[in-house]
Amino acid sequence: MSEIPSELRYTKSHEWIRTMDDGYLEVGITQHAQEQLGDMVFVELPEVGSTLGGGEDCAVVESVKAASDVYAPVAGEIVEVNDLLRDAPETVNNDPYGDGWLFRMRPIDEGELDELLDAEGYTGVVAADS
Amino acid sequence: MRPGHGAVAASGMGRRTPLYQAHVEAGAKIVDFGGWDMPLHYGSQLEEHRAVRSAAGMFDVSHMRHIDVTGEEARNFLSYLLANNVAKLEKAGRALYTCMLNENGGVIDDLIVYYLGGDSFRLVVNAATADTDLDWIRRNAGDFGKIRITARTDLAMIAVQGPLARQRAARAIANINDMPAPPDLMDIGVFSAAQSESLFVARTGYTGEDGFEIAMAAENGPVVWKALIDADVMPCGLGARDTLRLEAGMNLYGSDMNESTTPLESGLSWTIGWNPPERDFIGRAALEVQRDHGVPRKLVGLVLLDRGVLRSHQQVSCGERGAGEVTSGSFSPTLSKSIALARVPAGVETGDECTVGVREKNLAARVVDFPFVRNGTSCL
Repeated sequence: MSEIPSELRYTKSHEWIRTMDDGYLEVGITQHAQEQLGDMVFVELPEVGSTLGGGEDCAVVESVKAASDVYAPVAGEIVEVNDLLRDAPETVNNDPYGDGWLFRMRPIDEGELDELLDAEGYTGVVAADS
Repeated sequence: MRPGHGAVAASGMGRRTPLYQAHVEAGAKIVDFGGWDMPLHYGSQLEEHRAVRSAAGMFDVSHMRHIDVTGEEARNFLSYLLANNVAKLEKAGRALYTCMLNENGGVIDDLIVYYLGGDSFRLVVNAATADTDLDWIRRNAGDFGKIRITARTDLAMIAVQGPLARQRAARAIANINDMPAPPDLMDIGVFSAAQSESLFVARTGYTGEDGFEIAMAAENGPVVWKALIDADVMPCGLGARDTLRLEAGMNLYGSDMNESTTPLESGLSWTIGWNPPERDFIGRAALEVQRDHGVPRKLVGLVLLDRGVLRSHQQVSCGERGAGEVTSGSFSPTLSKSIALARVPAGVETGDECTVGVREKNLAARVVDFPFVRNGTSCL
């Protein structure tokens, strides 16, 4: 079973969400997701300042195998993207919950966070997926 | 996150090669490939790719079908069946890459034909097309009499590829009891083969590197696989096989060509045996019309200049020269950029710039000659 940190929130579409000290959300893809995709070779990130609806596709991670859309877990504004990934997309494979984060966003409605999965809920998603 | 274009279907219960258990034990991610449960990778496709470019890797290619064609009329029959000319196969052990065409010059399959000596030949064809091929071969053999066509389902085949592949394979085979190698193993010439009682060893492959393809009785497959692992040959999956062949500029049947494209439209004019002019082969008349009047489209290489990844079916715009389509695209681990094969209007020339529709953007790409990589080195 792949690693699913208990302090994070998750989506059914395999994004993880970390609430940071400043209230912003950090978003990446899970260990399970990167294992499924294989070696990452290209990451396309959203524009800083863009406003997204919850569930809107906003980034693309491409492995040797395939391109996959990444969705905004909640509605909000992009405040920062992980520029490290432009030259080192493999960081998503090597450290999906750390240096491999994709973007940070300011949620419009923090209440939406309650609708996300906790680690236990996401464990169920992964189990059903494999 | 949701997998998009190019994703591979998860494995169900497909056909399994004699090496299936070895793949599972090595931690392979198994996927469906033309009805076969095959390894996609064993952890990292990029590492596997690099092993083949820098040292030695191996692929289970037991799903490919061996078809033996023997008999007094075998040579005449193959001369009619295949677009390349089997008359080039004078000495036993020589191999020839060729297309098998329909009457319109469309490619039914691409294959390697080996001359085994006497009146004996062996075709090695793609897994996904094997049944179609066999029907076509049997149907056309009808007029020739005195031919035996045998589909071999009793074999395993392992491709060992890379600059150190031959020496490591020789070491591995020497370490197996009761499995003598062909006596002249290290002297086998490029595109030739030799055999012992238990091993058929050909110096061929699909990666742009030196190496062997080794066929053996199915029950011996796991022993040879294990011996190769012990000789530091890295197991590699279909993922690496695809990026390696793409870098080598080798067509993938079903992606870069099919029954509605001719060899002349697929970068394979060099495989057509035009001489002697009186040799009749299936598809010849259609190819001659294209040769004399020009082809409408052709296969070219593309290198992506912008950031992104080229994938099959993306649209290519070549300005006033027209539009085309990517037939195979991926990220090239050796070049650290995206490359592709694309079918474009015949007027497009090497060095031209074009744009490729990648999701909602148009990205810049340059038309290049392929191969992109040969023997570990960039050809760009």
